[in-house]
Amino acid sequence: MIERQSIYGLIAEFQSAEDLLEASTRTSEAGYRNVDAFSPFPIEGLAEAIGFHKTRLPIIVFCGGLFGCCGGFFLQWWPNVIGYPLNIGGKPYDSWPAFIPITFEMTILFAALSATFGMLALNLLPAPYHPVFNVEAFAQASMDKFFLLIESADPKFDLERTRQFLTELNPREVSEVES
Amino acid sequence: MAGKEPENVGTLVSPGSEVLGPGHSYGSVTDKISSIVLTRGTGNKYKIGFGLAVMLLLLLNFGITVLMAVGVGIWGINIPVGWGFAITNFVWWIGIGHAGTLISAFLLLMRQKWRTSINRFAEAMTLFAVACAGTFPLLHMGRPWLFYWLLPYPDTMGVWPQFRSPLVWDVFAVSTYATVSLLFWYVGLIPDLATLRDRATKNFKKVIYGVFALGWRGSARHWKRYEMAGLLLAGLATPLVVSVHTVVSFDFTIALVPGWHSTIFPPYFVAGAIYSGFAMVIALAVPLRKYYGLEDFLTIRHLDNMGKIMLATGMIVAYSYVMETFMAFYSGNKFDIFMIMNRMTGPYAPVYWTLIAVNLVIPQLLWSPRIRRNALWLFLLSFSVQTGMWLERYMIIVTSLHRDFIPSSWGMFYPTRWDYIIFVGTIGLFFTLFYLFIRFLPMISIFEMRDLVHKTAEEAKP
Repeated sequence: MIERQSIYGLIAEFQSAEDLLEASTRTSEAGYRNVDAFSPFPIEGLAEAIGFHKTRLPIIVFCGGLFGCCGGFFLQWWPNVIGYPLNIGGKPYDSWPAFIPITFEMTILFAALSATFGMLALNLLPAPYHPVFNVEAFAQASMDKFFLLIESADPKFDLERTRQFLTELNPREVSEVES
Repeated sequence: MAGKEPENVGTLVSPGSEVLGPGHSYGSVTDKISSIVLTRGTGNKYKIGFGLAVMLLLLLNFGITVLMAVGVGIWGINIPVGWGFAITNFVWWIGIGHAGTLISAFLLLMRQKWRTSINRFAEAMTLFAVACAGTFPLLHMGRPWLFYWLLPYPDTMGVWPQFRSPLVWDVFAVSTYATVSLLFWYVGLIPDLATLRDRATKNFKKVIYGVFALGWRGSARHWKRYEMAGLLLAGLATPLVVSVHTVVSFDFTIALVPGWHSTIFPPYFVAGAIYSGFAMVIALAVPLRKYYGLEDFLTIRHLDNMGKIMLATGMIVAYSYVMETFMAFYSGNKFDIFMIMNRMTGPYAPVYWTLIAVNLVIPQLLWSPRIRRNALWLFLLSFSVQTGMWLERYMIIVTSLHRDFIPSSWGMFYPTRWDYIIFVGTIGLFFTLFYLFIRFLPMISIFEMRDLVHKTAEEAKP
């Protein structure tokens, strides 16, 4: 049985985006895997630096769009051809060009819903609580400070040695994250 | 949090660029924008403006109440002019909304940096304009409580909406547009809500902003997915916005009425929508910039660019007017020729010529860079364009309908006081929502401004 860790990890605070990016790269190179970086705005290459290369979001959105497209067309085709066919001005029942606008709108609607809720789901949001919020300085992560977290769940994690490693990255401060 | 100022010496400071005033850091942009919501409170001018807007909103409630009690007969609509103000206002409002989506989505895809400081309130404008727009078709139905008849659901009689009708397409287009605009706007707000959560001093505010921030913590993995979601939403919203006004124009073009039945309508309507939308963005941006001292974020360059877009779309609209007239004569169709001659010389000729003056002639002033870079001039021109775009829709609807094919069914449309009350009332609804928005939410995207600070500082490096 794994013993409950008393701390969630160690977090280092940096002054600039460049410092964080460099520190993240070095942390990955040092073999740490359960790492996360926090910044007040998206930084190009930061996710890659901590070993996160590809998101499944596009395929989710594609599936959502495909569902909306097929569903939207079926929604119109079924009532007009099978459910309750009506002869209107001698037009064919399956007058598919007239069904395109709604099919298009439904494609966009479902793709957009998948993009929004897919993004939130993959990010495991909403998450009202997270251990990093226990660090007082972390409130600055949504303003002008940059943070690098090494979780205690990392196989290489050792409180003293990891702290030593983080200190060498030249942060402003290293603090423990209570779990 | 506070008291760390001396340590912030190493903080990055941007030298500024054409779209950002000099000397800003991550902290200063955050402070400036979030303080409007968190600490600045409401001044007297805000209270007066908000009060006026709420009064107009109450007028709308009054108008709608009477409309519900009596029926659409209180409006000036009758056969042959059955659409009148309601549909004019609908098209006008939804057109205004389009600039917001275009700024946030299309300019994002085009990597235009100047969109950063205007996209948030432009998107809010979109949402509120769509809310106003949506009111009119509902009210115009006469029995709005039966609106769900428009939706496809398996009812007991087994009947379905007429999916070949552009009016049903409209239901789908407008509701999809409202939903996607809301999603896009909210997704954009999440990181800023987290900033407000972290900076709010009162517990109550912390909780409210915290709940809506969904526990955002700015993780690199989250940002990556977040940016992907934003990009995909932008890619989806761009064709959507074009499709929405195209579908709105189908309401006219699919009919056989001379003056409506024209293939030029979809691009003509989309251009007109962007034209009036940018006019509204300017009408909102100029006072906001002045009142909240946002000249650093909403620079002259922004005004200049918006003026240029207005000019470009205005020229497309002008071309459409010319083509519409040309095609009527070129087609040789006597009903079309009659329609266009009637527009220019008939009982509604003053509407047509006012439209030409305020929508085509006066906006030509935008060719002058000096006028484009003058906030007051742009502000005044934006009103000219908005009046023009309203008159355009009025002209298309009323002059095309009031002379039916047989003279025995000719008639006139005279708006009643209820037409005016409900129209002015939706302006109240729009501004009430907008005033609440600038009071409780950051009107400029804070995290994108931080990104802009970072990028401008990077670019300035040798």
